[in-house]
Order: sequence, then structure tokens, then C-alpha cells
Amino acid sequence: MNWSKFFSMGGYALYVWGSYGVTFVLLVGEVLMLLKRKRNLARRENPQPATNEPRLNTSLQGIQ
Amino acid sequence: MSNRRINWYKYAAPANFYPRAGKMIPFFAVPAVILFIVGMYVGFFVAPTDFQQGESYRILFIHVPAAWMGMFLYVMLAIYAGIGWAFNARLASMMAQAIAPTGAIFTFISLVTGSLWGRPAWGVWWVWDARLTSTLILMFLYIGFISLQSSIDDVRRADRAGAVLALVGVINVPIIYFSVQWWNSLHQGATISKNSFKMAPSMAAAMFLLLGACWLYSIAVVLVRLRYIIREREQEAPWLAEVAA
Repeated sequence: MNWSKFFSMGGYALYVWGSYGVTFVLLVGEVLMLLKRKRNLARRENPQPATNEPRLNTSLQGIQ
Repeated sequence: MSNRRINWYKYAAPANFYPRAGKMIPFFAVPAVILFIVGMYVGFFVAPTDFQQGESYRILFIHVPAAWMGMFLYVMLAIYAGIGWAFNARLASMMAQAIAPTGAIFTFISLVTGSLWGRPAWGVWWVWDARLTSTLILMFLYIGFISLQSSIDDVRRADRAGAVLALVGVINVPIIYFSVQWWNSLHQGATISKNSFKMAPSMAAAMFLLLGACWLYSIAVVLVRLRYIIREREQEAPWLAEVAA
């Protein structure tokens, strides 16, 4: 099997691989967007408990 | 004969549907990936070169399934939106909302791959003929449905407004489908029809394998999105705390 001939698609490489590339990117992108949505949901449903450490205070101590 | 009957109303309740849908997703997602790989193999290594179009015709294997999915998903969206509106069934409205992005993506894929095919086959990226224009309108209908729903804060009002748009827009689907018969078009006629089958068997096999992959992919992705929509909309419901944890 001649791979460079295969990838050149008889001179139509841009059109053929472009078509499948766009399809692949969009479908994988859709799945990634859903994973992101899942993370956001999980964060909203189980928010991290706020720490009691007053962060501002520590920096002020340095000034004093 | 069993006397047991499926109580469909039971699964119309998001609380019952949510865990069941979660279990179903892998049964669609895994075969989708397998069919996609097999379809690509048949499409690129088994199907012969076309005597008229050379290798460029291989765009067909994804272009035709994407175009069919775009139309089919729109009809499903309109049916679910209509059911949600007519019977005040919130799960059906959520289903319509879950279908819309996937349908828009497939319609977009059909437009882009069509353009990439049109350039070598017709010499132009785009023409304003009936098939292409009506498909572009389908794309705008999806975008319109999504933006209309997201622009209204009250979700049930958003569902009703979306349903009106979806049901009016459904008239566009037969226009797309029959456009190549009703008007003169650069676009070729139906590849698969009742009386003629204009493809080598391996070409048809590649196309139907990718069609199957697109179908299963759509079901899996829509179910995943539907579950997230349920969680977003019903965050206050006590049942969610039990199943979503």
C-alpha cells in the first residue's frame, strides 16, 4: 500500500481530509463541551467548603 | 402471555428517566465508535475509486449521513417540543433542548462537507440553489431555537416559545428533501431511492456504516446532554440528591 498516494487522495486531499477533519473536530468538540458542562455541574452541586483562614489577614501582618 | 405492561408515564418523569438513561449511554456510545472505525475502513480501503469523480466522492460517506441526521434530528426536535407544549410534559421539552445542538452540528457538517465537495465537483464552494439554501435555513432554525430558548429566563415559557418556532420550521424539512426534484439544481438527486441504487455495494456499505455511527453517536450525546439539562433544571428536586451523588 502506497501511503503518500493514499493521503494525496488523487489530488483531492484538501477536500476529502478537510471534510473528515471538520467532522472529527466538531464531534470531539461536542463531547469535550459536554465533559466541561459535567465539571461545571459537579462544582455547582458540591461547592468546595470555604476555608476559615482569613487570607487578607496574613498579608496585612506583613505590613504591620 | 405476560400481563405486565410498560407504564410509559413512569419514564416521562425525570426522576425515573435519569438513572435509566445513564445506564443506556454506553450501549450507544461504544457501538458508535466501532461503527465509525469500520465505516472509515470500508470507505477508504474497500470502496473503489469513482470513475467520474475520482477520490473526491469519498466525502459522500460523511456528507449524506450528516445531512440526513440534520433533517431527522430536526423532526425529532419538533415532535418532542410539540409533545412538551401540548401535554405540558417537561421531559419532552428538555429532550428537544438536548437534541438541538447535535442537530445543528450535523447540519453544519453537511454544509461544510458539501462545500468541500462542491468545489471539486461543480467548481464552486456555494450556490444559492434550493437544496443548499433550504439546508442553510435549517441551520438558522437550529440556531434560532437555541438562542430563543436561552434568551427566556422562565424555562417553561422558553419551551413553549421554542416549540412554536420548531413546529413552524418543520415545513422546511420536506422542502430540503424534495428540493432536488422540485427545482433545477446543481445538487445531484437522491442517491438512494426506491427504484434505483446508484452505488457499488461497498460504497453503500461505508455510507450506511457511518450513518449508523452518526445515529448511535447522536443518541448517546443527546442522552448525556439530557441528563445534564435535567440536573440543571431540577436542582432543587430532592430525588436528584440521591441519584446524582
